[in-house]
Amino acid sequence: MATRLRRFLALLCAVALAAPLPAHAAASDGDAQIIHVLNRLAFGPTAADVAHVRAIGIDRYIDEQLHPQTLAEPAELSQRLAGLDTLKLNPVELFKEYGPILPIMNGGVKLTPEEQKARRQRARIIVQQAQDARIWRALYSPRQLQEVMVDFWFNHFNVSADKGLDHLWVGRYEADAIRPYALGHFRDLLRATAHSPAMLFYLDNQLNTEPGIPGGVRGNETGINENYAREIMELHTLGVDGGYTQDDVIALAHVLTGWGLARPGLGRGDGSAQAFDPSRHDFAAKTLLGRTIAPGGEPQVEQAIDLLAAQPATARHIAFQLAQYFVSDKPPQGLVDRLAQRFSATDGDIAAVLKTLFASGEFRDSAGQKYKTPYQYVISAARAAGVEVNNPRPLLGTMARLGQPLYRCQTPDGYKNTEDAWLSPDATTLRIGFATGLGRGVLPLKNPPPEQQAAAGMTPTTQLVADQRGDPPKPQPLDAAPLAALLAPVLSDNTRSTVAEAPDGLKAALILGGPDFMRR
Amino acid sequence: MNRRDLLALAGGAAFASGLAPIWTARAEGPSQRLVVVMLRGAVDGLNVVVPYGEEAYYEARPTIAIPKPGGDSGALALDGHFALHPALAALMPLWNDKKLAFVHAAGSPDPSRSHFDAQQFIENGTPGHPTTTDGWMNRVLAALPGARTSTDALSVGPTLPFILKGPIAVANLPLGPRAAQPMAIDQPQVASAFDKLYAGSGRQGEAYRQGREARTELIANMSSEEQMADNGAPPANALPAVADRLAGLMTRDRHIRLAFASLGGWDTHVNQGAESGQLANRLKPLGEGLAAFAKALGTDWDDTVVVVISEFGRTVHENGNHGTDHGHGNVIWLLGGKVNGGKVYGEWPGLAEGRLYEGRDLAVATDYRHVLTAVLERHLRLADPAMAKIFPAMPAMRGNLGQLLNA
Repeated sequence: MATRLRRFLALLCAVALAAPLPAHAAASDGDAQIIHVLNRLAFGPTAADVAHVRAIGIDRYIDEQLHPQTLAEPAELSQRLAGLDTLKLNPVELFKEYGPILPIMNGGVKLTPEEQKARRQRARIIVQQAQDARIWRALYSPRQLQEVMVDFWFNHFNVSADKGLDHLWVGRYEADAIRPYALGHFRDLLRATAHSPAMLFYLDNQLNTEPGIPGGVRGNETGINENYAREIMELHTLGVDGGYTQDDVIALAHVLTGWGLARPGLGRGDGSAQAFDPSRHDFAAKTLLGRTIAPGGEPQVEQAIDLLAAQPATARHIAFQLAQYFVSDKPPQGLVDRLAQRFSATDGDIAAVLKTLFASGEFRDSAGQKYKTPYQYVISAARAAGVEVNNPRPLLGTMARLGQPLYRCQTPDGYKNTEDAWLSPDATTLRIGFATGLGRGVLPLKNPPPEQQAAAGMTPTTQLVADQRGDPPKPQPLDAAPLAALLAPVLSDNTRSTVAEAPDGLKAALILGGPDFMRR
Repeated sequence: MNRRDLLALAGGAAFASGLAPIWTARAEGPSQRLVVVMLRGAVDGLNVVVPYGEEAYYEARPTIAIPKPGGDSGALALDGHFALHPALAALMPLWNDKKLAFVHAAGSPDPSRSHFDAQQFIENGTPGHPTTTDGWMNRVLAALPGARTSTDALSVGPTLPFILKGPIAVANLPLGPRAAQPMAIDQPQVASAFDKLYAGSGRQGEAYRQGREARTELIANMSSEEQMADNGAPPANALPAVADRLAGLMTRDRHIRLAFASLGGWDTHVNQGAESGQLANRLKPLGEGLAAFAKALGTDWDDTVVVVISEFGRTVHENGNHGTDHGHGNVIWLLGGKVNGGKVYGEWPGLAEGRLYEGRDLAVATDYRHVLTAVLERHLRLADPAMAKIFPAMPAMRGNLGQLLNA
């Protein structure tokens, strides 16, 4: 039934498209729709993906993508990921192996500033490997929608590698709290992030302590810290207009007292590094959003999470964000309402909500309405170009220069995905610079991952500079013909004629650096 | 014929190789400039301009208060009641020269303690109204007399902030390390092909043309040493260098009327420190950067006003973690040759328990729009009809803000 409905809608779309065409719907309608779906459910088309969707049809492709567990990870990708050692360590192991050495762990001896610095430099490998893994999955995983949702949810539940201990845990956070639930139930996602040391450290809840409890005071832990309580309601669940008050912020902060990190050498023994410290918790009953949270310890936290996840305001907030990410910067209210209803009716089943979204006329008619974020732009360019990326540093460096360094968004709202946030004069010239480098084949993407350089203390930035200055052996310019064929359905007449007249060495750069490819 | 037409006619090659002098040959316009620096994340204004005359301040902040003036690490006395954070010592010559003023207990009347909403309200100029579609600096641009050029307004950084969003095109440039490294678009052949590709193309085409012009200007205005230096590793703290570069651009390009930059990292919920520590480490380069900017502008400093503003202040009481949480009133900084400085302006509500906003925060006694209005009227000489568009539905002004600037 649903499939038949979708086919009917697709037919309607096709009929609608027979009217004067927007630039993006030129060429073969079927292929244009395939590119559209790949621009949204994946990080843009590759030749292989287009052939695959053509073979099985758009409906089946959407269905596949909504069930990533049915798609096998290719051996080559698994092999790349297997080489990233730090991704195999749990948060406690990461802390022990790479974290600061406190005097208490070192027979009372404090490390010298030089020793501390050396240790911090050694730890850089963790973020680098997490970045490599993220980029390789985005480029090569057949579970494209899962990786798209990892991008979406990571920004929704943002943490930053630039804050304190989070450089140790950012990769683990994504692996444990984000990716497994990216297409699951929202409450599980909220719960997993609330149980992650990266989030608790990032939003300071590890210090949040009920004041005045005898024996509960240690060092900095002398009172309430509202930070996580506020952001969990403003950003993660209800939304800023979700109807909570400052009293609710304070009530939730009290609920969350004692909810923090395991002390070095302690913890649950499961390697999670997250722990509940009853000696710092306020056990009294609280009123949150007009509901009573019964007196207690850890169950208060679970109760609050359940309460927040089930609020209609949360459904509306998530529905709006999904529609904005997948359809348009200012999504139609009717669509947002339908998605919110679906969210509530399915107990926050993200795949179910997305299924409704992808079947909507609003989605099908929205080709080219979104301006790519730097992350989406860079990944989609490398995918369309079909280049082999053994060294993701040039891609990561470009994202950073465009204002979107991976895992380093400092503010808890994460990176935006709107045109207003990213379209700027400088960004345009930088994107063109990247496209030209990619088109001319001068980016050192094939070099092996520069672990030795990292071990020698080179930062990603200086490394990138070194990479870009070095003369890679014989640049291999991209062949523009297959690229033009792949993207033909979304290239405007002006782009086509400009590319046709341009010197061969610039054709690929013009396709990838032109206005059409900036959109999805 | 305006510059853009000329650019279109001349094509990329001529533009890249021979038209740079046009930037310096343009007619002189009015020279008053406004620079806005936004401290995103809510700087703790009570530790920037410290009410050391009030015991309530010290009672509320047992571990993070700045010691009273006198002694090695004390605050730097501004008057009998207020003192400056010692990390901002670089600004004291400006204060003594009466080129630096503060408006305390200022801010947005909107009660939001959300960073993102509050920043939006500072940037859109309509507190409580999130749906305003343009930033107040873009509306200022629309109200400025004279012909428009591509660099009337300049934003420092890789993205365009909301405060400059709007119908009038605005340039942005990252001025930090590596900004002057060669780019593909500097090559005439590349530029000419992309010029054609982006002819038209709506907002993207407009952004492209802005980017091309700004890029050309940056290269033309940057010395070869700067370009060489940019190829090295970034310095540990780039802020004074960015300030210096912005000043260089502004002295060479007289069309820059408005500039904007923002700095993050002020959200000090934990261990913010007192006379030294986290906040001090952020303030020191800012103070040095502003002082360097004033110096590098040379005689242009006389016609420049710098406003430093943050979305809201922080709680009067320190929290349980030697930090502060989201609050309300804050301090606005004003620097410049025409600033009637050496004075802390604004009605001071005090920190007594009954005087606090919602029992916890410094109250907002002065609407931030009133401070900006004083600057826009007396410095940029905008009249009432323009002001009504820039800050619509603004309550009537009170107090002595009219004296903030020397006419």
